[in-house]
Amino acid sequence: MALLDMKNLSVEFGSSENPFRAVTGVSLSIERGEIVGIVGESGSGKSVTMLALMGLIDAPGRVHADALEFDGKNVLTMKERDKRQLIGRDIAMIFQDALSSLNPAYTVGAQLMETLKLHQGLSGRAAKARAQQLLEMVEIPDAPSRLAAYPHQLSGGMSQRVMIAMALACNPKLLIADEPTTALDVTVQAQIMELLVNLQKQHDMALILITHDLAVVAEVAHRVAVMYAGEVVETSQVPGIFSAPRHPYTQALLASIPEHSKGADRLATLPGVVPGQYDRPTGCLLSPRCPYVQDRCHSDHPTLFATPNGAARCFFPLDDAGRPTHVQ
Amino acid sequence: MSNNVANDVTQADVTQPSPEKPILIARELSRHYTVSRGFLRGHATVKALNNVSFELIAGKTLAVVGESGCGKSTLARQLTLIEEPTGGSLQIDGIEIASANAAQLKAIRPKVQMVFQSPYASLNPRKQIGVMLGEPLKLNTNLDAAAREEKVRAMMTKVGLRPEHYHRYPHMFSGGQRQRIAIARAMMLQPAIVVADEPTSALDVSIQAQILNLFMDLQQELGTAYVFISHNLSVVEHVADDVMVMYFGSTVEYGSKTALFAKPLHPYTRALMSATPAIHKADRQIKIKLVGELPSPLKPPSGCTFHTRCPYAAERCVAEVPQLRPLYERLVACHRVEEIYSNCTV
Repeated sequence: MALLDMKNLSVEFGSSENPFRAVTGVSLSIERGEIVGIVGESGSGKSVTMLALMGLIDAPGRVHADALEFDGKNVLTMKERDKRQLIGRDIAMIFQDALSSLNPAYTVGAQLMETLKLHQGLSGRAAKARAQQLLEMVEIPDAPSRLAAYPHQLSGGMSQRVMIAMALACNPKLLIADEPTTALDVTVQAQIMELLVNLQKQHDMALILITHDLAVVAEVAHRVAVMYAGEVVETSQVPGIFSAPRHPYTQALLASIPEHSKGADRLATLPGVVPGQYDRPTGCLLSPRCPYVQDRCHSDHPTLFATPNGAARCFFPLDDAGRPTHVQ
Repeated sequence: MSNNVANDVTQADVTQPSPEKPILIARELSRHYTVSRGFLRGHATVKALNNVSFELIAGKTLAVVGESGCGKSTLARQLTLIEEPTGGSLQIDGIEIASANAAQLKAIRPKVQMVFQSPYASLNPRKQIGVMLGEPLKLNTNLDAAAREEKVRAMMTKVGLRPEHYHRYPHMFSGGQRQRIAIARAMMLQPAIVVADEPTSALDVSIQAQILNLFMDLQQELGTAYVFISHNLSVVEHVADDVMVMYFGSTVEYGSKTALFAKPLHPYTRALMSATPAIHKADRQIKIKLVGELPSPLKPPSGCTFHTRCPYAAERCVAEVPQLRPLYERLVACHRVEEIYSNCTV
């Protein structure tokens, strides 16, 4: 049984007559100990999907799903009380900007101990010892004195380590990392990614890695879901998607990375921008920008079709050589 | 500041000889800041930029690479004449900045323009795009309103903005379009040099590709030289002709892109390259694990400033500051390059 099973999740904002659909029909299932990358450009709905899972979408935002099961429990019908026990203990999340996720008025130690007190009932010396142990686990040098440090005394990399320590305080079964290294320098990014993957292995957690950096996903993830304009357009096993993307959007995203055009004068680009909420085309959402567009793409909205490594939301998924097939 | 540094022949040999004419020459450029450490504790000096020398060839791109706090942005502020360097010499288009008179400076300023990292912060939210782009012309040329508008519209087409955008405000644009506006504004006076400080790091990859293409197209059409500041090595590899790697205010490696990427020599350059994630297994290099983070600028390490994090640091590195020296078609500041290089394959 999968650790997390999400079926047909949608998130809407705004009035009910004229809703803004940030996420439409996202289905995702994650196994224990699996690393899944969620990739997409800003506004594609990757963060909102995870916030919905964490129960962090406040009214007037509305979350609908056919099923949302975590570890065998139905999160949709769960009482608020039980949900609070689950979120933060079994599912933890870290964010892009660690410095603004930490409370500037409290010491690192106090913030770590708050989590331990709330979820594990630890207090006093036991909580302090555990907090110190957590800081050592995330390889913060001189952990005892760092407990008394305020967030402003820490560098970006250090604050992200503290956030990771806090997220792992209760041995979560699932850790959601929302762009955990985007605000960091490359050498620090490498350190933090290595730490995350090591901890993931040690604790046998599932890890959802939200990022716009395909290369990070290529290096660590087992599986990847590509999102575009609020939908999952392709899911695939990791090595497969990079050598043979099936959806034209995935192909274009990969081609736009400078690494892929070594020696070329120009980079391959998709014309135009991601469609906004109120100018979404009928039919396939990529149709106005897709280089392989057919008549059918303008009129019908594709569902996810099975591909050798996963699934793609395209009537004419690409073959191994990256050309569109006119099957279906 | 001495005026004859520029005429000093021995200094000229430090930077790489080039057959083409440099539009900008920096020699031993330094910028030190005095910072207060608190009541009764006296002042400390932060050496944000320390003896940096390089040449920028007209129509070419020099990429400046390094992590935050390495002095990239301080360098940008010196090159764009926003700040005055505390030492060294800066020559733009043959004129020594330190000794230039007011009229000369006024003539130089339009030749150096800047594009900033965040297009959300660099555009005035209360100005229409047309007005914003017309302003440099209004201040620096004698064109009348109609001629200015014509020039603005021509530039808007060039950077991929539509005519109806003329009367719109910045909030009506996406990040990529805003960066196009920022680039158009920098290009209005046909500058010889554009300093771009992380121009794509706030953008999505597909938009980044569009903006990088725009930079390349404009360079080809207008012959502008770029100082391209970035921490993203795959972007740098795409745009640069020459690359300068900086650490803690100093140059650690400087040379042509081809030489540097084929054979990075300085341990810091190699660490940067190996830390950059790659899509394909073949491009991934053995990770050189750097320990710790950038040291405090108030307490710079002795000797080689990189020794606190360098996996190859030896006694000599703690005691002696390494000088830039020519090696394998580039300049590199490391005592142990030969030893490290003979022990491992790059």
